[in-house]
Amino acid sequence: MMGKRLWSWLAVVLGGIYFLLPLVGMFDFSLRMQRGGYSFEAYRIVLADTQFQQTFGYSVMLALLTIVLGILIVVPTAYFVRLRFPGLRPIVEFITLLPLVIPPIVIVFGYIRIYNTSSILPLTGSWWGTNILLVFGYATLSLPYMYRSVDTGLRTIDIASLTEAAQSLGSGWARILAVVILPNVFVSVLSGAFLTFAIVIGEYVFAALLNVNSFGPYMVWMGGNRAYEPSALAVVAFAITWVCMGLIQLFTRFSKFSTVRR
Amino acid sequence: MAFLDIHHLEKSFGAQRVVKDFNLGIEKGEFVSFLGPSGCGKTTVLRMVAGFEMPTSGAIRIDGRDVTGQPANRRKIGMVFQAYALFPNLTVEQNIGFGLRVAGEGKAETRVRVAEMLELIGLPQLGNRYPFQLSGGQQQRVALARALAVRPQVLLLDEPLSALDAKIRVSLREEIRRIQRELGITTIFVTHDQEEALSMSDRVVVMHQGVADQVGTPFEIYNRPATRFVAQFVGTLNLLDANLLDAAAGRIGLGDVPVALNRTLPGRTGDRVSLALRPETVALGRKEERNVVLSGHIAEVHFLGSVIRIRVAVAGQLVSLDTFNQPDRPPPSVGTPVEVSVSDRDLLVLAA
Amino acid sequence: MTTSAAILPSAVRPRQALNWFGVAPFFLFALLFLILPTLNIVLGAFRNAEGQATLENLGKLFSPSIRAAFWISIELSLLTAALGCVFGFFIAAAITLGELPRWLRNAILTFSGVASNFAGVPLAFAFIATLGRLGFVTMLLRHWFGINLYGLGFNIVSFLGLALTYLYFQVPLMVLIITPALEGLRREWREAAESLGATGFQYWRLVALPILWPSLLGTLALLFANAFGAVATAIALTGSSLSIAPIVLFAQIRGDVLNDPHLGYAIAFAMIVLTAVANGIYILLRLRAERWVK
Repeated sequence: MMGKRLWSWLAVVLGGIYFLLPLVGMFDFSLRMQRGGYSFEAYRIVLADTQFQQTFGYSVMLALLTIVLGILIVVPTAYFVRLRFPGLRPIVEFITLLPLVIPPIVIVFGYIRIYNTSSILPLTGSWWGTNILLVFGYATLSLPYMYRSVDTGLRTIDIASLTEAAQSLGSGWARILAVVILPNVFVSVLSGAFLTFAIVIGEYVFAALLNVNSFGPYMVWMGGNRAYEPSALAVVAFAITWVCMGLIQLFTRFSKFSTVRR
Repeated sequence: MAFLDIHHLEKSFGAQRVVKDFNLGIEKGEFVSFLGPSGCGKTTVLRMVAGFEMPTSGAIRIDGRDVTGQPANRRKIGMVFQAYALFPNLTVEQNIGFGLRVAGEGKAETRVRVAEMLELIGLPQLGNRYPFQLSGGQQQRVALARALAVRPQVLLLDEPLSALDAKIRVSLREEIRRIQRELGITTIFVTHDQEEALSMSDRVVVMHQGVADQVGTPFEIYNRPATRFVAQFVGTLNLLDANLLDAAAGRIGLGDVPVALNRTLPGRTGDRVSLALRPETVALGRKEERNVVLSGHIAEVHFLGSVIRIRVAVAGQLVSLDTFNQPDRPPPSVGTPVEVSVSDRDLLVLAA
Repeated sequence: MTTSAAILPSAVRPRQALNWFGVAPFFLFALLFLILPTLNIVLGAFRNAEGQATLENLGKLFSPSIRAAFWISIELSLLTAALGCVFGFFIAAAITLGELPRWLRNAILTFSGVASNFAGVPLAFAFIATLGRLGFVTMLLRHWFGINLYGLGFNIVSFLGLALTYLYFQVPLMVLIITPALEGLRREWREAAESLGATGFQYWRLVALPILWPSLLGTLALLFANAFGAVATAIALTGSSLSIAPIVLFAQIRGDVLNDPHLGYAIAFAMIVLTAVANGIYILLRLRAERWVK
């Protein structure tokens, strides 16, 4: 009995050391910019860098647009598949899992070949086109997570009854989706959204290969040219990931609480 | 000394005493049920016998050997769980042969024994199935065969029928008893279902809050409950508030109606007591052999089919009684003044 | 519903069309941004510059440099998947079966959720700050214990360094996937085995591991695919000094190296095949695992 607990603690402590050291190292390094003591100089420089402000804001914008696009695509699909086309379910699920199977670098390679300047849809040729392509690409990357969250959310509510109730009150489809279904799966949509945010904010491969100056390529550029600032950036990125995951946990717990009360 | 001897057994989880001074001797080949509501400690006692929990104090002896500190895998005890607990990765044959396999038994002997067990539980054709391909009742039979294959000294059954539906429950309980008799194996059966306990057991232990309230044959438990809890938990019961008018002469007062029991009662004159009587011992109207007659009026009539349950208001309290349905005699209507009679032997006086 | 449909069939048909309108955007989206791009690559791998069918591109995969890159990638993915499985299993076992306090289990699961998503560029930075030439641990070992990591031949920009970094997202992913499987091991199985005379070792060998086996192998395949497709971490950590398959493809697409798009197709195609096979194994084994435990 005692031995079991001892081994468990050993595993957890060793794991803890491996997982905490890089965090400590990253934080420690980010504070060492000024000789002879810890300081937040690296953070100050990074935060004051107009490049940082630009690329970060740009990536936030991309993430938000991706989330909106993801919701617009995923929620109606998951809803109609559950309600009207249960037969399509395996196909839709298979498609939503594909982005986990096909490496992202292959997908973006395909984009470059299909949507290049000499194609019928030359998206990569213009600033607008490139950004549209990038947002759609990110929506593809987040598709597995978004779809799974929303579908799980839909499973917990009785969408057929809700729909019939709304129809009997004279609602149209768009209204049902926006006013009845969406609020009921709001928490699930949010967890998908935060996960999407965490994925998109520091994404590198898509952005770099489509020649977009977002936060990911900016970080890599800093990594190649500066010493202490990259650690500060990593701390910021890690904090963002934590906040996203923390918010997911918080909302999930909150939703459980509210269903219990109901 | 009994074959399985449980001696001053105690178990505490933290500050909570779950089992308090539990003593029991079980003879070889006896079928004993632990009956009680959930949380009464019956399963904890069983798990201590199995070796899954260590007692806080006390001793458990099997066939004269002290097994109190022995790990579960050396006790030679067969266990059947509520949720079957068949190994999902093994076939029925492999499940049944598991105990022999880990004991290093030869392949040929194992095969013979497994076939024997499959025959015993009446499923000889299902040896190659996996547990998920079986019904609940079949799974529980296999679990029984698995526990018996190693020829254990004691068989422990932890609510083995609770997960099954009613019909299978009845047929399986008869089958368990048949197999138990056939093998003559000492068995403890844990259940919260009084019907199971009463119909299957040689003796029943009624447990309540970690204490064995009464140990006796089903007949004793039902007809002579030792405590108010046993009386209430086992069977349906009328419990009436009364007070002791004269303990020595056996007279009690039901409200302001005096009742003579004609036997010396425990307790002191003036004590508040409970008067317990089974619905089937009460008759409507005067009957020759029932010497206690009470008058009141019909308060409720419940038509249950073959049986009619009538509640009669007597001295401000309700007495339930059962009569058989008779097609030519409709039940009396509510409000009718009636007399009910009961034999003084069937009136039990319990501490309030 | 049925009566109105019988009376007014014409009113139902546009409604069904409307339903299709609800799922059509999804299929259009998947076609344009997932299926056609991938198909383009796959077909490209079997065509030459003139558009004729050929196996020449695939043949080029076996040139020494490309083969070496794939080989390193496979080794790296296999190694980190295997180690991730082993370490992740121990941690998951500790928090599920090890009688540890409940809060610790929840804390570790939450952290695993974060760490498995903390891949890419920032992760590389964290490891450079820790095990780089001037990294936290490097300096710590030198000043406190007199151990010179880099003098001993260690380099964060190496196979070993990359493997150590990958484990940072591999292990938590394993913890997240295998914890539910371990929690699915019912206490009664262990007790049944014990009461039948089995030792703890026999229980694990004959019952627990066979039950977990599909999940374990499946997760191994998933971790393999996960490591194989990770590009950003590798690029941020090593630049292009370590030639692994995704980095070669990255360089190929950028046109940094020899400009032969069809070789790029072939590399991409090989990557799809490898990850598809790994994921196929994962899904198959997953289904098998679910069959037993309903």
